[in-house]
Parts: sequence; structure tokens; C-alpha cells
Amino acid sequence: MGTISVLLVAKVLPYLEQELDKRYKLFDGIDPSQRAAVVRDHAASIRAVVASSSGGPDAALIEALPKLEIVSSFSVGVDKIDLEKCKERGVRVTNTPDVLTDEVADLTIGLILAVLRRICECDRYVRSGNWKKGDYKLTTKFSGKTVGILGLGRIGAAVAKRAEGFDCKICYYSRNEKPDSKYKYYPSVVELASNCDVLVVACPLTPETHHIINREVINALGPKGVLINIGRGKHVDEPELVSALLEGRLGGAGLDVFENEPHVPEELFGLENVVLLPHVGSATVETRTAMANLVLDNLEAHFLGKPLLTPLV
Amino acid sequence: MEEEKEVEPPQQPNHHNQDLPQVLVLGSPTCLQTLKQLYSHKFRFLIPNTSLHSLSAPLSSISVVICSASFPLTASVIGLLPSLRLVVTTSAGTDHIDLNECRCRGIQIAGAGKFFSDEVADMAVGLLIDVMRKVSAADRFVRTSCESATWSFPLGYKVSGKRIGIVGLGSIGMEVAKRLECFGCNILYHSKHKKSTVPYPFYNNVLDLAATSNALVLCCALNEETRHMVNREVMLALGKEGFIVNVGRGGLIDEKQLVKCLMDGEIGGAALDVFEDEPNVPKELLSMDNVVLTPHCAAFTTECIIKLCEVVARNIEAFLSDMPLITQVNIG
Repeated sequence: MGTISVLLVAKVLPYLEQELDKRYKLFDGIDPSQRAAVVRDHAASIRAVVASSSGGPDAALIEALPKLEIVSSFSVGVDKIDLEKCKERGVRVTNTPDVLTDEVADLTIGLILAVLRRICECDRYVRSGNWKKGDYKLTTKFSGKTVGILGLGRIGAAVAKRAEGFDCKICYYSRNEKPDSKYKYYPSVVELASNCDVLVVACPLTPETHHIINREVINALGPKGVLINIGRGKHVDEPELVSALLEGRLGGAGLDVFENEPHVPEELFGLENVVLLPHVGSATVETRTAMANLVLDNLEAHFLGKPLLTPLV
Repeated sequence: MEEEKEVEPPQQPNHHNQDLPQVLVLGSPTCLQTLKQLYSHKFRFLIPNTSLHSLSAPLSSISVVICSASFPLTASVIGLLPSLRLVVTTSAGTDHIDLNECRCRGIQIAGAGKFFSDEVADMAVGLLIDVMRKVSAADRFVRTSCESATWSFPLGYKVSGKRIGIVGLGSIGMEVAKRLECFGCNILYHSKHKKSTVPYPFYNNVLDLAATSNALVLCCALNEETRHMVNREVMLALGKEGFIVNVGRGGLIDEKQLVKCLMDGEIGGAALDVFEDEPNVPKELLSMDNVVLTPHCAAFTTECIIKLCEVVARNIEAFLSDMPLITQVNIG
């Protein structure tokens, strides 16, 4: 298999890059200008692309690779991959579901607690020596609060299960109501936001869910409400979010994703009611290794003519 | 030890409060402002502005004291209060009170009971996730890193499914266990006695617990048996990828050894809400990315403070009516 050409279009775990390099003829197309040169020289031989949450093949790139058979993404979200184009060209697409569900759900609870209990601010308070001048102020209890989940898929359900351990009430919005679910369903995001204390964005990014968190939803969540985004930055109208936080129309936010990573609106840096993370939802040693193995196993299965493990297309 | 706090002279908000029962307040408890707001019509709060002797009321008239966790209620202080009959501490812990002296003097003690178990358990879980997943470190990184093409931040460790050793399975420990079970964690514990009603595996010493756990969460009281129970040996057993969360008392951990183990990479990290000499924190910790440091605030939410004031007031009222205390601490 060492003669199969694979193009890497985004930064991935070093272990994955090393394994890809060992098993295949790996081309580094992470940097856009480098990618252009690789495509120019090797387009005719590339049979696979490895993508991630930070970069995937768009229609133009897919068109430019006539021998492309499979895109294997080192992520569960595939919004950077032109799925329609892949379907049209008969290109298979795989992602990494399930292996990161727990991780992301863990971090979601961590974000909620960090915002409500001001853990990061408290840590800053101690490190700056301010504790010697007096106690930190009172924070907000999490136990018993109402958590609204936007998207009750694998990750949303895992968040709900953990929040129940804190005696939280759970409600949700989904494209369709889930008849087997014991949680309360709201037929619109605004209604969900009006009826919860913490709103968690846990749905996939699609054209329908782009900016699903808009001014109306943010206002409905309100000055005591907290928004937690572990989905995609583009789920949220970021300028609206920033102004709501600055004006006190929203109580707080815990954000693992942003519209234009790694750019983060600087106005947020001075706020004590936000927690800002560099897209680390699945960033554990254990999970990234499992994700890498899924990418490798999917590619291997494909080239051996076996069924894909986690196909999306 | 005499209180040396800078506090205003005792407030006299109500004109008739000379007749109200006197309550001496020691140690500037966090709930004091709320207590005064809610209960100044029921009690006359006496707050010394420097030493006890600066109080306008005679010390011999004091029968009720409210005491915070940071005020050492020693035998010598108790000795200055010959009429003392009730101590209400605004903490669950009683390690700052000379219990022996109280027992000899027949002084009753009321604590904060189980009223903030939820809050403390919430914080313990938040601290565990923070130190294992590097939440605070990552937040610092985002706010201070220069713009670059991509983010490069070290990986954390998974929390779900890990083996968590809880030290002290009282009401706080049980609430921590209940929460972490929903993360698919395996709960193990060490307590003074095995609890027949809980399903979790029991370890009769902290060392064995540490050797088999990915993280230790300390939720027990501080007393002679538990002082420095987390020592170097325990930390080495916990290991280079092991984590400690402390929401109990700073004295449960040999702090000097903790600093050394962290500096030498012998343990993975620590999240600490309590320290041996608050508000002083070992300076070596202030620059570490694998520690999370919070200022003894695990219990302190707005919801909790109101509840705490109610518990304090109800205990005093019960005492004054010769009724059983609401949250009596058994001192034998």
C-alpha cells in the first residue's frame, strides 16, 4: 500500500501523520500554497484525502483530484467537506463518531461549571495574589438548574445524562421530537432558550443550523442565561453574541468553538463571565489516538475492498 | 489569637436592638452581610473591630458565638467567654474549634450541616474536569496567545470511565460519587469505616486507594488521623498521570511534598480549593499549568449563602427556645 497517494489537508495528531507516512505515499497539503503545488504535480495519483475539523476538501479540490476515492476525516464534524460533491463523484467519506462522544460531553459539563462557578476567574484571582486582599465573590449554583440541549444526538444525550447527575432538569430542541425521550421537547430554539438556564449547542453544522443561535435566541436566554457552544462556531452569530455579553443581555458563555478559528473576538478577553477554549472538545490523549486509529482503519478497509467502519457517504 | 480585622464599629441599624439577643461574630464569615440584612431584627450582632476586648458589650454577657472556618476558636478565646453556651460555625468542618474545651465546658456546637454538599460536589467535579482537561490553562492560552494559523495546545486526559478514589464518603463524597457515576467513572473509596449500604469498592487505607485510582478526590474532615494523609508515598502511588482534587482541608495533604511531586512530575496535576495556610499559596504553584487553584470557595454560591444564614438563625433560635439544635455537631 506504500504506493497509494494520500493528501493531508489539515493538521492532525502526530501519531496519525506518522502512521499515514509509514503506510502510504503521504503528501503534505496543510498549507494552502503548498497544497496548490502538490495538486498541480500529483493530482493524477491522489486516491485519498485526510481532513479534520479545521480543514477539508471543498468542491474545487474534489474536482481537481480525478482519482479521489475516499475522504477520511479526523473529526466527527464534516462541515468543511463538500459532501454533495463527494456523493456526486462517488467519493466515500468517513468520520470519527462515538469515540469522542464522552470526551465532548465531559468538557461540556466542565465548561458549564467553569462559567457558573467562575473556576478560571477564581484561578486567576489566586495567581494574581488577590486572595490576600479578600474572598472571591459568590458564584452561581449549577445543581438543580435547567439545561436545554439543542440537538439531542449522541453528544447531546451524553450531556443530558451527566447533567441529570446534578439533579438538572433537561429539555431539548431537535429537528424532530424523539418519542422515546423522557426529556421535555420544545418545538423552537427560542422557546427552548426561554425555558432553560443553560443552553448547550450540540447539533451538526448544516445550512439549516448556520447561525441558529441568533439575537432572538440570545435575548430569550437572557441576562441570567448561559450559552455553551461545543458544536461549531458558525452555529452562533458571533458579533451578536459579543454585543449581548458586553451589554449584559446574556449572563455568560462557555465557548469551545468560534466562527473563524483560531481568531477569537478580543472583546471577550476582558469578560469574567466567559470561558474560551481552543477547540479541545476531543483533545485527550485517549480519544485522539482512537480517532486516529479510526481514520487509519477506514482507509485500510477501503483499499482492501472491505466495508468501511464509519462511513457517512 | 486575637482578631486583627479592619471592620467598622458594630452597626446599630435598629433602634430597639438593645433588647435583642446578643450574638458575637468571629472571623468575618462570608455570609455576614446577608446575615445582617436578613436577621438584624432578631439578633444584635456584635462584631469586634480589632481584638475581642474592643467590644462594647462585656465579654461575660456573651452566650452565643457565630464563628467562621478561618477563626481558630481556641481554648484561650473560649476562656475569655465564661457564659458561652452555643457556637454556630458557618462551615461543615469543625477543625478550627477546640472541641475538647467545648465538651468540658458543656458548649453546644452547630455546623452548616449538609446544606452545601451539592455546591461542594459541583465544584469538586468542575475542578476534576478542569485539571484533567486543562480548562483553565486553555482559557489562559486563548486569552494570551498571539494570533497564529492554528492553535497548538497540549492534550488533556479523559475523565469518563476513569477510576476515581473518593476519600471520605460523607454527604459531600456521596454527592461527588453520584455525579461521577453519570460520567461512567468507577467509584472507589476510603473512609474511616466501610459503609455497608454503598456499592462502591472500599479501601481501608489511602495508599491502596491511590495505587488503583486515576484521581483522588478529598472530601473528608481534617482531624489528627487525617492530617497529611496524602503524603509523598500516596502521591507516588497515584503516579505521573494521576490527579488530586482537594475540597476538604489543606491539611489533608503534605503541601511541601505536593509541591515537590508536582515540580518533579511525579503526579499529573492537582486542583486545590484549600491550602494549609490560607490565603497563602505556595509560590511554585502559581506558575504551573497542571494545577487549578481556587480561593476556598467550593461552597459559596448566592443560593447557598441564603440557606446558610437560615441554618445559622434557626440554630440560634432553637437554642434560645431550649429546643434541639437543627444541625448539632456531635462532640461526644
